[in-house]
Amino acid sequence: MNARYRARKAVNGLMLAVSTLALAFGLFWLVWILGTLLYEGGYALLQATLYYRMTPPPGEDGGLANAIAGSAVLVVMATVIGTPVGILAGTYLAEYGKQSRLASATRFLNDVLLSAPSIVIGLFIYSVYVAQVRHFSGWAGALALALIVVPVVVRTTDDMLRLVPNSLREAAVALGCPTWKMVLRVSYRAARSGIVTGALLAVARISGETAPLLFTALNNQFWSLDLNRPMSNLPTVIFQFAMSPYEDWHRLAWGGAALITLTVLALNIIARLAFRKD
Amino acid sequence: MAIIRTAIRSARPAEDPAGLPAKLRVRNLNFFYGGYQALQDITLDIPENRVTAFIGPSGCGKSTLLRTFNRMYSLYPDQRAEGEVILDDVNVLAMKRDLPLVRAKIGMVFQKPTPFPMSIYDNIAFGVRLFEKLGKRAMDERVEWALTRAALWDEVRGKLGQSGDSLSGGQQQRLCIARCIAIKPEVLLLDEPCSALDPISTARIEELITELKNDYTVIIVTHNMQQAARVSDYTAYMYLGELIEFGDTDSLFIKPQRKETEDYITGRFG
Amino acid sequence: MSAVLPISESANVEELASATPPGPRRLRHAPWMEAAFEHLTRLFALLVFSLLAAILVSLVLGSRLSLEKYGLGFLASAAWDPVQEDFGALVPIYGTLATSLIAMLIGIPVSFGIALFLTELAPAWLKRPLGTAIELLAAIPSIIYGMWGLFVFTPIFQAHLQPALVDSLGSIPGLGALFEGPPLGIGMLTAGLILSIMVIPFITAVMRDVFELVPPLLKESAYGLGATTWEVVWRVVLPYTKVGVIGGVMLGLGRALGETMAVTFVIGNAHQLAVSLMAPGNSIASALANEFTEAVGDLYFSALIELGLILFLITTIVLALSKLLLMQLARREGART
Repeated sequence: MNARYRARKAVNGLMLAVSTLALAFGLFWLVWILGTLLYEGGYALLQATLYYRMTPPPGEDGGLANAIAGSAVLVVMATVIGTPVGILAGTYLAEYGKQSRLASATRFLNDVLLSAPSIVIGLFIYSVYVAQVRHFSGWAGALALALIVVPVVVRTTDDMLRLVPNSLREAAVALGCPTWKMVLRVSYRAARSGIVTGALLAVARISGETAPLLFTALNNQFWSLDLNRPMSNLPTVIFQFAMSPYEDWHRLAWGGAALITLTVLALNIIARLAFRKD
Repeated sequence: MAIIRTAIRSARPAEDPAGLPAKLRVRNLNFFYGGYQALQDITLDIPENRVTAFIGPSGCGKSTLLRTFNRMYSLYPDQRAEGEVILDDVNVLAMKRDLPLVRAKIGMVFQKPTPFPMSIYDNIAFGVRLFEKLGKRAMDERVEWALTRAALWDEVRGKLGQSGDSLSGGQQQRLCIARCIAIKPEVLLLDEPCSALDPISTARIEELITELKNDYTVIIVTHNMQQAARVSDYTAYMYLGELIEFGDTDSLFIKPQRKETEDYITGRFG
Repeated sequence: MSAVLPISESANVEELASATPPGPRRLRHAPWMEAAFEHLTRLFALLVFSLLAAILVSLVLGSRLSLEKYGLGFLASAAWDPVQEDFGALVPIYGTLATSLIAMLIGIPVSFGIALFLTELAPAWLKRPLGTAIELLAAIPSIIYGMWGLFVFTPIFQAHLQPALVDSLGSIPGLGALFEGPPLGIGMLTAGLILSIMVIPFITAVMRDVFELVPPLLKESAYGLGATTWEVVWRVVLPYTKVGVIGGVMLGLGRALGETMAVTFVIGNAHQLAVSLMAPGNSIASALANEFTEAVGDLYFSALIELGLILFLITTIVLALSKLLLMQLARREGART
């Protein structure tokens, strides 16, 4: 019995050590990647030219101003389009559909959509929009990103509304409040922080998305905020510059990469804090 | 009635209630959930090969006390105990490692049946395999022995390969008892073992408890006073984390020493 | 539940109460609003409901030319010649599956180890920060993984790890074929390794969640019998959560299959069928990312869209399976409590 117990104890100790190593393995990459970004991109980040000069041709100085502006426009438009759609659809699932067949099926499909490859979303928008109007455009990029926002927001809205206790709804309805007003005034208010968190996470997710923009917004080396024309954006510029053989383009790509990552991480952390506070 | 019951023992002291050797000795035990103190200076001796019951209203600390005996609370970082719980000669509370060895000596059955997600056979074999290397024959025998002792063998003999979940609630609880017995513990802790069971299953478990006391020191927590009266030799009444009275079951129920105990068992409170 | 979202219940109710003025009562809003709001939300739910089908239809329509020309042969052909207009999906399919498989081989055990650490070992005050740190791995945009992989990881991998792998594993008969060839740095193995880091947060999150579903009493029963932490996890927690764990793995797999940017940077983008994982290859997603905007000719376009269709079908099936498994576990838990 004792030898057996010693052996078991050894296995236990070994496995727990391995599990600790697994955690260290995960953290190792995180630290390495973030460290690289700060090291390679930190200098570029601190230079003002990054923020007001346009993307340069190879061999010339420049910045990422058009790409940063384009990315901001795309993300804002996608959020403006995608969030209301997501919230309303999520509202249907939680407040009206509940466990009905339509609602359950929609929930299921939405979860599949949530993890669907983003490049396929780009392909879809290309087929239904870009190929029809015959040119790449900011609108197409915003739509593609909006399609990524929708499932995230649907999911969190549905989840958060379902956490609202029914007693609260009943109290409102018992006062003679119509359902729609109960949803707007009681349910939304109760679930507010959760829904906002979902929207923030969605913004974080699309801020770094590259694949769906390749065939939609494309790129633009000039300053343009016209949504009907191809629009520059950080991820595509990073892709183009990083894959190029030019050193100075690489430097700008690192700067853009650091900028995007810091933004996305900050959004993630803000979303978590926003949710925890309430 | 009181004439028949004569042996009345006083509650608190550390003296052994029946002049029997004590299996577990609890000394000045205090218990904390974070900052909240759930047990206050508990001292008592639990006699060997007898059934000892802990009764009291919910939240009085009886389950908490039980969970100090096998250090189950150590799974949760914010829970801690002070004092001594001495099993034979070892202070369980002071042990730093090898808790599995202590737990092998002290079996525990919970409020709800907890069959593991595996076959009936493997549920029993699981614990045995932790400590012994048995051949197929020997293991078969051990499984049969444990199931027989737990009065379950006749009901499951043909379906040992089925999942433990397929049994009824009462059968599952007996399976859990068999699982404990199989590793040959010395003490059995039963934490409200019948609270999720119907009256017939409850009766079977109670019968089983009475049988088991010949070989094991049985400690049962129950919110059901009749059950305590039926199955136990000694009873302890707890209230708000304190041990109010401890003595042999008959005397405690018929002629309680303390007013609080009397109020509780006569139903004036609780 | 109210503990999760503490809200000022009374304030809401009072406000609603004061919304109805005393005296003769009347509806302050047109009754049609009631139906209108419900229909509006249903409309958007239907939109979400039909989105997947819409994507499927658009991809099928887009790949019509290629579907008609090649039929099922498309899946088995290794050709990819834009000049002669001859296309097949075998190379990118192989690349997609091989890289995802590598990612799973590494990602699953590591995720299990992390989930075990976070649920059973980590002291309470460390659980949250460590869990968040691992989740942040999922927040890093995939293009960053790609760039870091190309500029930082690949040179180190090429100089130190890859030659060692070729020397040690490359000489094993059979298995060795997977590790042959010059250490180029880029290639399917590199892509798989980077993918494995990317799937860790997803698999870990699901494993953590399902491990926490295990009733404490069940774990206590095993501890009560004298089991060690490892024994409790391996023999009770894991069997109990099996369905959910597989669901988590499928979720990670779905992510790996469809990952685009990280793979595009390091896989090498070579349309050649190579068994060796050291060789450059191509995945469906990276072929699309690289070639789509430069494709000329309807058939070329159509073949690329068909690649997208194949990717969409594979990932949808994997993700749907994942979801079904997780739902099954949730339902079982719901029935139990």
